[in-house]
Amino acid sequence: MTVKHHLTDDLLMAYSAGDLPEAVNLIVATHISLCDECRAALGSYDAIGGAVLDTCDSSDMSKTSLNAVLDMIHAQNTQTHTKPETDAAKDDVLPAPLRDYVGGGLESVRWRSAGMGVKQAILPTSRDATARLLYIPAGIAIPDHGHQGLELTLVLKGAFQDDGGYFGRGDIEVATEDLNHTPVADISEDCICLAVTDAPLKFKGLVPRIAQPFLGI
Amino acid sequence: MAAADGTETLTKGTTNTVVPFVDDLVAVRDTRDEAAFIRVFGHFGPRVKSFLMRTGMDSALAEECAQEVLVTVWNKAHLYDATRASPSTWIFTIARNKKIDVLRKQRRPEPEELPWGPEAEPDQADVVGLQQESEQLGRALRDLPEKQRELIEKAYYGELSHSEIADQTGLPLGTIKSRIRLALERLRHSMK
Ligand SMILES: [Zn+2]
Ligand SMILES: [Zn+2]
Repeated sequence: MTVKHHLTDDLLMAYSAGDLPEAVNLIVATHISLCDECRAALGSYDAIGGAVLDTCDSSDMSKTSLNAVLDMIHAQNTQTHTKPETDAAKDDVLPAPLRDYVGGGLESVRWRSAGMGVKQAILPTSRDATARLLYIPAGIAIPDHGHQGLELTLVLKGAFQDDGGYFGRGDIEVATEDLNHTPVADISEDCICLAVTDAPLKFKGLVPRIAQPFLGI
Repeated sequence: MAAADGTETLTKGTTNTVVPFVDDLVAVRDTRDEAAFIRVFGHFGPRVKSFLMRTGMDSALAEECAQEVLVTVWNKAHLYDATRASPSTWIFTIARNKKIDVLRKQRRPEPEELPWGPEAEPDQADVVGLQQESEQLGRALRDLPEKQRELIEKAYYGELSHSEIADQTGLPLGTIKSRIRLALERLRHSMK
Protein backbone atom coordinates (compact mmCIF):
# COMPACT_ATOMS: atom_id res chain seq x y z
CA MET A 1 0.00 0.00 0.00
CA THR A 2 1.33 3.44 -0.87
CA VAL A 3 -0.75 5.88 1.14
CA LYS A 4 1.19 9.14 1.48
CA HIS A 5 -1.28 11.57 3.07
CA HIS A 6 -2.51 10.53 6.49
CA LEU A 7 -4.87 11.50 9.28
CA THR A 8 -3.62 14.01 11.85
CA ASP A 9 -2.91 12.95 15.44
CA ASP A 10 -5.73 15.06 16.86
CA LEU A 11 -8.24 13.37 14.53
CA LEU A 12 -6.96 9.92 15.44
CA MET A 13 -7.11 10.69 19.15
CA ALA A 14 -10.59 12.19 18.91
CA TYR A 15 -11.78 9.18 16.89
CA SER A 16 -10.36 6.87 19.55
CA ALA A 17 -12.03 8.92 22.28
CA GLY A 18 -15.34 8.89 20.42
CA ASP A 19 -15.69 12.66 20.27
CA LEU A 20 -16.18 13.26 16.54
CA PRO A 21 -19.35 13.80 14.50
CA GLU A 22 -20.61 10.68 12.75
CA ALA A 23 -19.57 11.86 9.27
CA VAL A 24 -16.00 12.48 10.47
CA ASN A 25 -15.93 9.06 12.14
CA LEU A 26 -16.97 7.62 8.78
CA ILE A 27 -14.08 9.15 6.83
CA VAL A 28 -11.59 8.25 9.58
CA ALA A 29 -12.80 4.62 9.61
CA THR A 30 -12.63 4.51 5.80
CA HIS A 31 -9.07 5.84 5.68
CA ILE A 32 -7.96 3.36 8.35
CA SER A 33 -9.51 0.56 6.29
CA LEU A 34 -7.00 1.48 3.56
CA CYS A 35 -3.99 2.44 5.71
CA ASP A 36 -2.00 0.22 8.07
CA GLU A 37 0.05 3.18 9.28
CA CYS A 38 -3.02 4.93 10.73
CA ARG A 39 -4.54 1.62 11.87
CA ALA A 40 -1.44 1.06 14.00
CA ALA A 41 -1.51 4.65 15.27
CA LEU A 42 -5.17 4.19 16.24
CA GLY A 43 -4.12 1.08 18.17
CA SER A 44 -1.78 3.21 20.24
CA TYR A 45 -4.46 5.86 20.87
CA ASP A 46 -6.87 3.12 21.96
CA ALA A 47 -4.10 1.94 24.31
CA ILE A 48 -4.13 5.40 25.93
CA GLY A 49 -7.89 4.99 26.33
CA GLY A 50 -7.22 1.67 28.05
CA ALA A 51 -4.73 3.35 30.37
CA VAL A 52 -7.28 6.06 31.17
CA LEU A 53 -9.86 3.37 31.95
CA ASP A 54 -7.29 1.74 34.27
CA THR A 55 -6.83 4.98 36.20
CA CYS A 56 -10.58 5.33 36.88
CA ASP A 57 -11.59 4.81 40.49
CA SER A 58 -13.84 1.84 40.71
CA SER A 59 -17.44 2.82 41.43
CA ASP A 60 -19.39 0.35 43.50
CA MET A 61 -21.82 -1.70 41.52
CA SER A 62 -24.95 -3.03 43.15
CA LYS A 63 -24.81 -6.55 44.55
CA THR A 64 -27.31 -7.77 41.98
CA SER A 65 -25.24 -6.52 39.06
CA LEU A 66 -23.10 -9.62 38.55
CA ASN A 67 -26.13 -11.90 38.64
CA ALA A 68 -27.95 -9.66 36.19
CA VAL A 69 -25.02 -9.96 33.77
CA LEU A 70 -24.75 -13.73 34.21
CA ASP A 71 -28.50 -14.04 33.61
CA MET A 72 -28.14 -12.04 30.41
CA ILE A 73 -25.35 -14.21 29.02
CA HIS A 74 -27.19 -17.41 29.98
CA ALA A 75 -30.42 -16.25 28.39
CA GLN A 76 -28.70 -15.84 25.02
CA ASN A 77 -28.42 -18.29 22.25
CA THR A 78 -25.10 -20.12 22.75
CA GLN A 79 -24.37 -19.73 19.06
CA THR A 80 -23.28 -16.10 19.30
CA HIS A 81 -19.74 -17.20 18.53
CA THR A 82 -19.61 -16.29 14.87
CA LYS A 83 -16.49 -15.68 12.84
CA PRO A 84 -16.00 -12.26 11.31
CA GLU A 85 -17.93 -11.99 8.07
CA THR A 86 -16.12 -12.86 4.90
CA ASP A 87 -16.02 -10.78 1.79
CA ALA A 88 -19.44 -11.54 0.34
CA ALA A 89 -20.02 -7.87 -0.40
CA LYS A 90 -16.46 -6.94 -1.27
CA ASP A 91 -16.10 -3.93 -3.50
CA ASP A 92 -12.88 -2.70 -5.10
CA VAL A 93 -13.70 0.95 -4.51
CA LEU A 94 -15.76 1.18 -1.31
CA PRO A 95 -14.29 -0.22 1.95
CA ALA A 96 -16.70 -1.83 4.45
CA PRO A 97 -17.66 1.28 6.48
CA LEU A 98 -18.77 3.04 3.29
CA ARG A 99 -20.65 0.00 1.99
CA ASP A 100 -22.67 0.15 5.22
CA TYR A 101 -23.73 3.73 4.52
CA VAL A 102 -24.32 3.25 0.78
CA GLY A 103 -26.17 -0.01 1.33
CA GLY A 104 -23.93 -1.98 -1.03
CA GLY A 105 -21.08 -1.47 -3.47
CA LEU A 106 -20.41 1.31 -5.95
CA GLU A 107 -23.36 0.26 -8.14
CA SER A 108 -25.71 1.05 -5.23
CA VAL A 109 -24.69 4.72 -4.96
CA ARG A 110 -27.57 7.06 -5.82
CA TRP A 111 -25.69 9.74 -7.72
CA ARG A 112 -27.24 13.11 -8.42
CA SER A 113 -25.88 15.16 -11.24
CA ALA A 114 -24.17 18.36 -10.22
CA GLY A 115 -23.29 19.71 -13.68
CA MET A 116 -20.12 19.47 -15.78
CA GLY A 117 -20.23 15.71 -15.35
CA VAL A 118 -19.70 16.02 -11.60
CA LYS A 119 -22.00 13.82 -9.50
CA GLN A 120 -22.54 13.60 -5.78
CA ALA A 121 -24.36 11.51 -3.20
CA ILE A 122 -24.91 12.71 0.37
CA LEU A 123 -24.69 9.90 2.92
CA PRO A 124 -27.09 9.61 5.87
CA THR A 125 -25.23 10.76 9.00
CA SER A 126 -26.04 13.01 11.95
CA ARG A 127 -26.31 16.66 10.94
CA ASP A 128 -23.28 18.06 12.79
CA ALA A 129 -21.13 17.26 9.75
CA THR A 130 -21.84 16.18 6.16
CA ALA A 131 -20.39 13.23 4.24
CA ARG A 132 -20.72 13.10 0.47
CA LEU A 133 -19.35 10.91 -2.27
CA LEU A 134 -18.08 12.93 -5.23
CA TYR A 135 -17.59 11.68 -8.77
CA ILE A 136 -15.30 13.96 -10.73
CA PRO A 137 -14.62 13.20 -14.41
CA ALA A 138 -10.96 12.99 -15.42
CA GLY A 139 -9.36 16.43 -15.75
CA ILE A 140 -12.29 18.37 -14.23
CA ALA A 141 -11.71 20.89 -11.40
CA ILE A 142 -13.82 21.55 -8.30
CA PRO A 143 -14.09 25.37 -8.08
CA ASP A 144 -11.57 27.30 -5.98
CA HIS A 145 -12.90 27.57 -2.44
CA GLY A 146 -11.98 28.16 1.17
CA HIS A 147 -13.49 26.57 4.26
CA GLN A 148 -15.28 27.91 7.30
CA GLY A 149 -14.40 24.72 9.11
CA LEU A 150 -12.72 21.43 8.46
CA GLU A 151 -12.83 19.68 5.10
CA LEU A 152 -11.53 16.14 4.72
CA THR A 153 -11.22 14.56 1.28
CA LEU A 154 -10.33 10.89 0.84
CA VAL A 155 -9.60 9.43 -2.60
CA LEU A 156 -11.29 6.11 -3.35
CA LYS A 157 -10.56 5.85 -7.08
CA GLY A 158 -8.38 7.81 -9.47
CA ALA A 159 -6.49 10.80 -8.12
CA PHE A 160 -6.61 14.56 -7.73
CA GLN A 161 -4.07 17.30 -7.41
CA ASP A 162 -4.11 20.68 -5.70
CA ASP A 163 -1.78 22.99 -3.77
CA GLY A 164 -1.58 20.38 -1.03
CA GLY A 165 -0.06 17.80 -3.37
CA TYR A 166 -1.04 14.72 -5.35
CA PHE A 167 -3.66 12.45 -3.77
CA GLY A 168 -4.25 8.87 -4.89
CA ARG A 169 -6.38 6.02 -3.52
CA GLY A 170 -6.29 6.00 0.29
CA ASP A 171 -4.77 9.48 0.60
CA ILE A 172 -6.67 11.98 2.74
CA GLU A 173 -6.40 15.75 2.54
CA VAL A 174 -7.06 17.62 5.78
CA ALA A 175 -7.98 21.18 4.78
CA THR A 176 -8.70 23.91 7.30
CA GLU A 177 -9.83 27.51 7.07
CA ASP A 178 -6.58 28.92 5.73
CA LEU A 179 -6.46 26.73 2.63
CA ASN A 180 -7.93 27.88 -0.65
CA HIS A 181 -7.63 25.20 -3.24
CA THR A 182 -8.85 23.87 -6.54
CA PRO A 183 -8.69 20.10 -6.61
CA VAL A 184 -8.32 18.83 -10.19
CA ALA A 185 -9.04 15.22 -11.02
CA ASP A 186 -6.13 13.44 -12.70
CA ILE A 187 -6.59 13.19 -16.47
CA SER A 188 -5.90 9.46 -16.64
CA GLU A 189 -9.06 8.36 -14.85
CA ASP A 190 -12.35 9.61 -13.33
CA CYS A 191 -11.98 10.33 -9.61
CA ILE A 192 -14.24 9.19 -6.78
CA CYS A 193 -13.74 10.78 -3.35
CA LEU A 194 -15.40 10.86 0.02
CA ALA A 195 -15.60 14.46 1.26
CA VAL A 196 -16.60 15.50 4.76
CA THR A 197 -17.23 19.07 5.91
CA ASP A 198 -18.21 20.35 9.33
CA ALA A 199 -19.27 23.76 7.98
CA PRO A 200 -20.35 25.08 4.57
CA LEU A 201 -17.63 25.72 2.01
CA LYS A 202 -17.02 29.28 0.76
CA PHE A 203 -16.58 29.62 -2.96
CA LYS A 204 -14.83 32.60 -4.51
CA GLY A 205 -15.98 34.95 -7.26
CA LEU A 206 -18.74 34.06 -9.70
CA VAL A 207 -18.29 30.35 -9.54
CA PRO A 208 -19.98 30.03 -6.14
CA ARG A 209 -23.40 30.86 -7.50
CA ILE A 210 -23.10 27.94 -9.85
CA ALA A 211 -21.24 25.65 -7.52
CA GLN A 212 -23.05 26.13 -4.23
CA PRO A 213 -26.48 25.08 -5.45
CA PHE A 214 -25.10 22.08 -7.28
CA LEU A 215 -23.14 20.87 -4.32
CA GLY A 216 -26.16 21.42 -2.10
CA ILE A 217 -24.29 23.47 0.47
CA MET B 1 -11.19 -21.30 16.64
CA ALA B 2 -8.08 -22.59 14.90
CA ALA B 3 -5.66 -20.82 17.22
CA ALA B 4 -7.18 -22.22 20.40
CA ASP B 5 -4.55 -24.82 21.20
CA GLY B 6 -1.57 -22.62 20.51
CA THR B 7 -3.03 -19.69 22.40
CA GLU B 8 -3.83 -21.83 25.39
CA THR B 9 -0.24 -22.89 25.96
CA LEU B 10 1.39 -19.64 25.08
CA THR B 11 -0.58 -17.50 27.51
CA LYS B 12 0.06 -19.76 30.51
CA GLY B 13 3.59 -18.66 31.27
CA THR B 14 4.78 -15.18 31.62
CA THR B 15 2.00 -12.94 30.38
CA ASN B 16 0.16 -13.03 33.66
CA THR B 17 3.02 -11.41 35.50
CA VAL B 18 2.91 -8.42 33.16
CA VAL B 19 -0.70 -7.49 32.58
CA PRO B 20 -3.49 -9.14 34.55
CA PHE B 21 -6.61 -10.50 32.88
CA VAL B 22 -5.01 -11.48 29.55
CA ASP B 23 -5.29 -15.13 30.57
CA ASP B 24 -8.81 -14.63 31.85
CA LEU B 25 -9.98 -12.97 28.66
CA VAL B 26 -8.33 -15.67 26.56
CA ALA B 27 -10.07 -18.33 28.71
CA VAL B 28 -13.40 -16.60 28.13
CA ARG B 29 -12.62 -16.49 24.42
CA ASP B 30 -11.41 -20.04 23.95
CA THR B 31 -13.27 -22.09 26.57
CA ARG B 32 -16.17 -19.82 27.60
CA ASP B 33 -14.77 -19.96 31.14
CA GLU B 34 -17.32 -18.35 33.49
CA ALA B 35 -15.04 -18.18 36.52
CA ALA B 36 -12.57 -16.18 34.41
CA PHE B 37 -15.41 -13.96 33.20
CA ILE B 38 -16.46 -13.25 36.78
CA ARG B 39 -12.90 -12.10 37.57
CA VAL B 40 -12.98 -9.81 34.51
CA PHE B 41 -16.34 -8.47 35.64
CA GLY B 42 -15.08 -7.86 39.19
CA HIS B 43 -12.18 -5.76 37.97
CA PHE B 44 -13.56 -3.96 34.93
CA GLY B 45 -17.27 -3.60 35.76
CA PRO B 46 -16.71 -0.91 38.43
CA ARG B 47 -14.10 0.89 36.32
CA VAL B 48 -16.35 0.96 33.27
CA LYS B 49 -19.11 2.36 35.47
CA SER B 50 -16.80 5.16 36.70
CA PHE B 51 -15.64 5.87 33.17
CA LEU B 52 -19.22 6.18 31.91
CA MET B 53 -20.15 8.45 34.82
CA ARG B 54 -17.27 10.75 33.89
CA THR B 55 -18.64 10.94 30.34
CA GLY B 56 -21.90 12.33 31.69
CA MET B 57 -24.14 9.42 32.68
CA ASP B 58 -25.88 9.31 36.04
CA SER B 59 -25.08 6.42 38.35
CA ALA B 60 -28.09 4.26 37.43
CA LEU B 61 -27.60 4.62 33.67
CA ALA B 62 -23.86 4.06 34.00
CA GLU B 63 -24.47 0.87 35.94
CA GLU B 64 -26.94 -0.43 33.38
CA CYS B 65 -24.54 0.40 30.53
CA ALA B 66 -21.57 -1.14 32.38
CA GLN B 67 -23.57 -4.36 32.61
CA GLU B 68 -24.22 -4.25 28.87
CA VAL B 69 -20.53 -3.57 28.18
CA LEU B 70 -19.58 -6.72 30.12
CA VAL B 71 -22.20 -8.75 28.26
CA THR B 72 -20.58 -7.51 25.03
CA VAL B 73 -17.18 -8.59 26.39
CA TRP B 74 -18.61 -12.10 26.72
CA ASN B 75 -20.28 -12.05 23.31
CA LYS B 76 -17.36 -10.59 21.37
CA ALA B 77 -14.56 -12.41 23.17
CA HIS B 78 -13.85 -14.33 19.94
CA LEU B 79 -12.60 -11.02 18.47
CA TYR B 80 -10.07 -10.41 21.25
CA ASP B 81 -6.50 -10.48 19.92
CA ALA B 82 -3.79 -10.30 22.58
CA THR B 83 -1.19 -9.22 20.02
CA ARG B 84 -3.16 -6.08 19.21
CA ALA B 85 -4.68 -4.91 22.50
CA SER B 86 -4.42 -5.28 26.25
CA PRO B 87 -7.65 -6.21 28.08
CA SER B 88 -8.01 -2.60 29.29
CA THR B 89 -7.61 -1.29 25.76
CA TRP B 90 -10.10 -3.72 24.28
CA ILE B 91 -12.70 -3.14 26.99
CA PHE B 92 -12.17 0.61 26.68
CA THR B 93 -13.18 0.45 22.99
CA ILE B 94 -16.40 -1.38 23.91
CA ALA B 95 -17.21 1.14 26.67
CA ARG B 96 -16.49 4.02 24.29
CA ASN B 97 -18.85 2.60 21.68
CA LYS B 98 -21.52 2.25 24.36
CA LYS B 99 -21.04 5.90 25.25
CA ILE B 100 -21.48 6.98 21.60
CA ASP B 101 -24.53 4.79 21.22
CA VAL B 102 -26.26 5.99 24.40
CA LEU B 103 -25.17 9.63 24.73
CA ARG B 104 -24.79 10.68 21.10
CA LYS B 105 -27.35 8.25 19.70
CA GLN B 106 -25.14 7.66 16.68
CA ARG B 107 -23.80 4.75 14.79
CA ARG B 108 -20.06 4.30 15.08
CA PRO B 109 -18.44 3.52 11.72
CA GLU B 110 -15.58 1.07 12.36
CA PRO B 111 -12.65 0.27 10.07
CA GLU B 112 -12.96 -2.81 7.90
CA GLU B 113 -11.85 -5.84 9.92
CA LEU B 114 -8.72 -7.48 8.63
CA PRO B 115 -9.68 -10.96 7.52
CA TRP B 116 -8.22 -13.79 9.58
CA GLY B 117 -5.64 -15.82 7.75
CA PRO B 118 -5.60 -19.56 8.36
CA GLU B 119 -2.14 -19.34 9.95
CA ALA B 120 -2.55 -16.09 11.84
CA GLU B 121 -1.53 -17.64 15.14
CA PRO B 122 -0.22 -15.12 17.63
CA ASP B 123 3.44 -15.23 18.46
CA GLN B 124 4.14 -15.32 22.20
CA ALA B 125 6.77 -12.59 21.90
CA ASP B 126 4.17 -10.31 20.29
CA VAL B 127 1.66 -10.98 23.05
CA VAL B 128 4.16 -10.35 25.83
CA GLY B 129 5.72 -7.37 24.06
CA LEU B 130 2.43 -5.60 23.47
CA GLN B 131 1.23 -6.25 27.01
CA GLN B 132 4.50 -4.90 28.43
CA GLU B 133 4.27 -1.78 26.32
CA SER B 134 0.68 -1.23 27.37
CA GLU B 135 1.83 -1.42 30.97
CA GLN B 136 4.63 1.08 30.26
CA LEU B 137 2.16 3.40 28.59
CA GLY B 138 -0.06 3.24 31.66
CA ARG B 139 2.89 4.08 33.91
CA ALA B 140 3.92 6.92 31.61
CA LEU B 141 0.39 8.33 31.80
CA ARG B 142 0.38 8.18 35.61
CA ASP B 143 3.81 9.87 35.74
CA LEU B 144 2.86 12.79 33.50
CA PRO B 145 2.66 16.24 35.03
CA GLU B 146 -0.83 16.70 36.49
CA LYS B 147 -2.00 19.26 33.91
CA GLN B 148 -0.95 17.18 30.95
CA ARG B 149 -2.50 14.02 32.34
CA GLU B 150 -5.75 15.84 32.98
CA LEU B 151 -5.82 17.06 29.39
CA ILE B 152 -5.54 13.54 28.07
CA GLU B 153 -8.12 12.18 30.50
CA LYS B 154 -10.53 14.94 29.56
CA ALA B 155 -10.11 14.11 25.88
CA TYR B 156 -11.13 10.50 26.54
CA TYR B 157 -14.03 11.47 28.80
CA GLY B 158 -15.32 13.75 26.03
CA GLU B 159 -14.70 16.95 27.96
CA LEU B 160 -12.58 18.50 25.21
CA SER B 161 -13.43 19.27 21.61
CA HIS B 162 -11.00 17.77 19.16
CA SER B 163 -9.57 21.18 18.28
CA GLU B 164 -8.59 21.50 21.94
CA ILE B 165 -6.69 18.24 21.83
CA ALA B 166 -3.33 19.74 21.17
CA ASP B 167 -0.21 18.23 22.55
CA GLN B 168 0.15 14.62 23.61
CA THR B 169 3.93 14.55 23.79
CA GLY B 170 5.59 12.71 26.61
CA LEU B 171 3.81 9.42 25.93
CA PRO B 172 5.81 6.61 24.31
CA LEU B 173 3.36 6.04 21.47
CA GLY B 174 6.01 5.18 18.90
CA THR B 175 6.97 1.77 20.24
CA ILE B 176 3.46 0.54 20.73
CA LYS B 177 2.51 1.75 17.28
CA SER B 178 5.41 -0.05 15.61
CA ARG B 179 4.59 -3.26 17.45
CA ILE B 180 0.96 -3.15 16.32
CA ARG B 181 2.15 -2.36 12.82
CA LEU B 182 4.44 -5.38 12.88
CA ALA B 183 1.56 -7.59 13.97
CA LEU B 184 -0.60 -6.21 11.14
CA GLU B 185 2.11 -6.85 8.57
CA ARG B 186 2.52 -10.40 9.79
CA LEU B 187 -1.22 -10.89 9.58
CA ARG B 188 -1.36 -9.57 6.03
CA HIS B 189 1.66 -11.64 5.06
CA SER B 190 0.10 -14.83 6.38
CA MET B 191 -2.97 -14.21 4.23
CA LYS B 192 -1.03 -14.21 0.96
ZN1 LIG C 1 -2.97 6.82 7.11
ZN1 LIG D 1 -11.76 22.17 -0.08
